[in-house]
Amino acid sequence: MHDFWRALSRNRLALIGGVVVACLAVLAIAAPLLSPWDPNRPDVRKILNPPSQGHLFGTDQLGRDVLSRMLFGARVSLAVGFVSVGIAATIGILLGSAAGYHGGLIDAAIMRLVDLMLVFPRFFLLLAVLAFLKPSIWTIMAVIGLTGWMGVARLVRAEFLALKEREFVTWSQSVGASGFRIIWRHILPNAMAPVLVAMTLGIPAAILTESGLSFLGLGVQPPFATWGNILNEGKDAIELAWWLSLYPGFAILLTVLSYNLLGEGIRDALDPRLRRSAGVAARAR
Amino acid sequence: MFAYALRRLLLAVPLLLGITFISFMVIHLAPGDPVEVQTGDMTERNIREAYKALREMYGLDKPLHEQYWNWLTRIVHLDFGRSFAPDGRLVLTKIGERLPITLLLNIIEMLIILALAVPIGVMSATRQYSTFDKITTIFVFLGFATPDFWLALLLMILFGVQLGWLPISGLRSLNWEYLSFWRQQLDFLSHLLLPILVATFGGLAGFSRYMRQSMLEVVRQDYIQTARAKGLAERVIVGKHALRNAMLPIVTILGLSLPGLIGGSVIVEWIFAIPGMGQLMVQAAFERDYPVLMGNLVIVSTLTLFANLAADLAYSLVDPRIRVSGRRR
Repeated sequence: MHDFWRALSRNRLALIGGVVVACLAVLAIAAPLLSPWDPNRPDVRKILNPPSQGHLFGTDQLGRDVLSRMLFGARVSLAVGFVSVGIAATIGILLGSAAGYHGGLIDAAIMRLVDLMLVFPRFFLLLAVLAFLKPSIWTIMAVIGLTGWMGVARLVRAEFLALKEREFVTWSQSVGASGFRIIWRHILPNAMAPVLVAMTLGIPAAILTESGLSFLGLGVQPPFATWGNILNEGKDAIELAWWLSLYPGFAILLTVLSYNLLGEGIRDALDPRLRRSAGVAARAR
Repeated sequence: MFAYALRRLLLAVPLLLGITFISFMVIHLAPGDPVEVQTGDMTERNIREAYKALREMYGLDKPLHEQYWNWLTRIVHLDFGRSFAPDGRLVLTKIGERLPITLLLNIIEMLIILALAVPIGVMSATRQYSTFDKITTIFVFLGFATPDFWLALLLMILFGVQLGWLPISGLRSLNWEYLSFWRQQLDFLSHLLLPILVATFGGLAGFSRYMRQSMLEVVRQDYIQTARAKGLAERVIVGKHALRNAMLPIVTILGLSLPGLIGGSVIVEWIFAIPGMGQLMVQAAFERDYPVLMGNLVIVSTLTLFANLAADLAYSLVDPRIRVSGRRR
């Protein structure tokens, strides 16, 4: 553990990423305190005002303050990122450990399901599902989580295959520990490192997906501000108001970049051998 | 080789069934009580009618296995029904009009990505930690983090609105019919430029990274040492011995990233108003045009499956080890 922190603190880029990630979390949590204006209050006298002292990032078509909307949008993005990755990781860990531990038919079935889910171009599947559902922030979290667990399942399975032959596992089996207990208490804790990395890299991927869906107008619905739907509204005023398109997109870029730098830093600090597998799995979106 | 190809083909059959099954299950997400749906441009009555049409079309009141069997037999005959949109045309015709455009875009994209990513990856691997390597690393991280739709918006503002150099929507100008043949081609190309630029950006970052990684691993192998020891020119070592082996995993990754590339065309086509599968999908999602949605989903994922299969077979052609062990990794 000590080695881990030392290795991480030596990685300057990862540290910068970590600081930005922390700042974003604070900004999102404190959004109601920090917002200079009410994010949802229209003002007909201030329609599409360019950035100025009063409105640092300008105003939108309804005269709402873009900066305030972006601060509240950060809450949505981060919440979607965390919750959907939580859902994906839970499913991935359950299925991956079942496949890796039991092997045989269970393994074959679960791995075919993984292959199957990976064949669907994700955006097509998301759109097909979302068209049937009532769009809300909860549906978005659920569908992003339900379509994003395959990488984690593969990682966990691979770790289990390697770990289950090790002495501490065969020993627990020989003294009669239950399968559930062996998976939960003995193997899983040892398999968590790559999962953590995949989760850190999964959050920015989920944020990109959510903002893409919201940008299309099929994600989180207005008046709820999200970075994606500010950009969507900005697209209609693209010839008049560049600030509606520039700032929210930059916020997404910064967030995703910071999480990626932090995630890769954690991966390198945990174990240089992981370098390849975790990154590829997390990016296979 | 033949046995291997046959085995892969057989393995694709359950996946094909799986695709139809998952798509079929999606229909069952349709709200039983249409009143619950309140968003979109549709009125309550329209939604109720759409749901009724859906019930009749797929026989949603029959037992589940019967429904699935009906759905499957229709799909085998490529019968996806008629669109719920006012034009009421066959789903298959609609898709047929749009598929070539999406395929064309994706193939051009892939060729450009490969043509650029391979040299970039090789150069940054053979010059690890050089300025070139550092710049490409920055580019890679930016590529991973840039939302494609945002990049599209910025390019539209810059080249379309501010500079006025390039068209920002559709595939043809309004006066297309009055242009000479070469002018028409030029017009078409200028419409494709921005969408393709946007679509290749993110993929290029990923592929050049993989290429670099793969090259770095190969360069450490013994046979490269041997090649050096016997005094081969560096150009031959890199170009012939290292590159060929480093390219192998790229074929696999190409297959794996196909769904991502094709999925990416949804947003790009929507922004640039390109009449392809992606745009059709978004329109159908807005209009709750269920038959089009289901048809799109089945066809796009089936095509992806076959493209994956082709990549697998190509991989086993270039790397005979695979055929023996039968499995990657």
